[in-house]
Amino acid sequence: MTRNPTGPIAVRLLLLSFVLALVAAVALVVGPVHVPLADVLGALRGRADPTAQTIVTSLRLPRVLLASLVGAGLAVSGSVFQALLRNPLAEPYVLGVASGAAVGAVAAIVLGITATSFVALPASAFSGAIVATALVLAMAGAHGRGLDTRVLLLSGVVIGAFFNAIILLIINFADVETFRAALLWTMGSFSGASPESVAAVSIYVVPALVGLTLLARPLNLLSVGEQSAFHLGVDVRRFKLLLYVATSLVVGVCVAGAGAIGFVGLVVPHGLRLVGGSDHRWLLPGSALCGAGFMVAADTVARTVVAPAELPVGVVTALVGVPVFLWLLLRHEELR
Amino acid sequence: MSVVFTVRDLDFCYPGASRDAVRGVSLEVPEGGFVALLGPNGSGKSTLLKLMLGELGRSAGEVAYLERPIESWPRREVARRVAFVPQAEPLAFPMTVRALVEMGRYPHVGVLGRPGPEDAAAVESAMVRAGVIEFAERSVTHLSGGERQRARIARALAQEPSTLVLDEPTAALDLHYEMETFELLRHLSHDAGFTVLVATHNLNLAARYASRLALLAEGEVQAAGDPEAVLQRETIERVYRWPVVVSSHPGPGPDASAPQVIPLSRPPGGKTNDGEVNRCGG
Repeated sequence: MTRNPTGPIAVRLLLLSFVLALVAAVALVVGPVHVPLADVLGALRGRADPTAQTIVTSLRLPRVLLASLVGAGLAVSGSVFQALLRNPLAEPYVLGVASGAAVGAVAAIVLGITATSFVALPASAFSGAIVATALVLAMAGAHGRGLDTRVLLLSGVVIGAFFNAIILLIINFADVETFRAALLWTMGSFSGASPESVAAVSIYVVPALVGLTLLARPLNLLSVGEQSAFHLGVDVRRFKLLLYVATSLVVGVCVAGAGAIGFVGLVVPHGLRLVGGSDHRWLLPGSALCGAGFMVAADTVARTVVAPAELPVGVVTALVGVPVFLWLLLRHEELR
Repeated sequence: MSVVFTVRDLDFCYPGASRDAVRGVSLEVPEGGFVALLGPNGSGKSTLLKLMLGELGRSAGEVAYLERPIESWPRREVARRVAFVPQAEPLAFPMTVRALVEMGRYPHVGVLGRPGPEDAAAVESAMVRAGVIEFAERSVTHLSGGERQRARIARALAQEPSTLVLDEPTAALDLHYEMETFELLRHLSHDAGFTVLVATHNLNLAARYASRLALLAEGEVQAAGDPEAVLQRETIERVYRWPVVVSSHPGPGPDASAPQVIPLSRPPGGKTNDGEVNRCGG
């Protein structure tokens, strides 16, 4: 019924799925060893020569899947934070929530929990994320008027700095091996991707993302203010609590899987709003698809530009994200 | 006639405030009635509305909607019966008038439902009634204050409620839109059987359009009843701390002889009475 800027939602989502498939195909082909597309398709069906088979199914496919899950999770979390705080600059990394999750993840690693733990590591990262989210909410105040940009930026910087200090403190007590693994969490990388880590992330992130996407309609109501949403039949307090817990879970699990990767939750929803508007029935599934594609592309760049070495993927997303962030900040301040 | 809202001995104090925002208020809104809440800035009108609609939790007293405590109603069930039009609302992202009005169907459609033909019909008829159908596809951000307010009224009508609650609906509107709004409310109340509860600063329009007034000051009811009983010169002068005369509407029209308050110039040397202050928890 609503007039859509570029065709119905389903068509646009189909287009994004196609782009994601394309990006994933490229990611499976390129690398230190070039695997032709025919061999990639063969390997996916288990009918390639042993070398190509190993490269595709044991190395690159888990990486593509993990990057997709984490990209989708962080982008959807960004969209939800932006609706909750009514500020387009809100994003898990900028808010300091990702740093909180990284503290939890690093603490778990130092305590000897392996990187493919299905419960302890995600739970620990989730605890860190929820503490950081609670701090953000304390900053936002109980007024429900949205988070002022200056407060958002200042509290995000301060919370982030505090959590990074804690991470450095914790890894001081670790041995060299753990130190390296822990340091990875502060910069983000998919080099540790394995079928187990994909499974560990997907059992939490997939249901949470499906659930959040189903809440698109009440999320739309929040964009006209909490008072109006309440009178339109949304139990605002319970709904917000549910959203904060769900997004903290997604951010925690994503950070546990790949470290604190910034700006995906900012760049992706913003681009989608420009293309298709702010209806969450489009924005949330769109963020999942586009976030996945963006992250797979960023990871492919991260592991190929300085080959045989590898950049932390957070470096790539920051190089793209910070200019977008600054541009948004300038535009946002003009609106005030 | 049955009672829609029952308020008894209601107290409320904002956290950290030095005095009660609402104190000892009792009030009834009859079914099909048109009730206006009056009072100076900060007298507790908006707070009282929030308490009656369950948006704020009271400190003491009772608030019942259809004889059931307001907080025990599921939110969506209230929203199917009572629609609220706020004074103003933030708009985080641009949207069309139609998208805004479609939000009014949420209490009927729910989280997972899909809007059907009856929802589309309700949205259409709400936009026609509130006079926003001509600019249904325009962005809300491009509307004037009056048009935006009518779009919010359309959204309230799309909820298909039996009770409409409005918080200072005409505060930012010119004479034309203000009159149009009150005429629409009268039409809804008289011809469509709506119960209307409106908080307003406009004593004279309240006297013409509402059948019952309640005048608040410092969170307490100063006078309640029909317009002639409430709009007494002494009461108005005391509550608003300004000299007035009370005349009557000269007609023609249905409002002839309704009391009308005319503020005078301040007499030389006239001073204001700042009223007493009540304390929280008393």
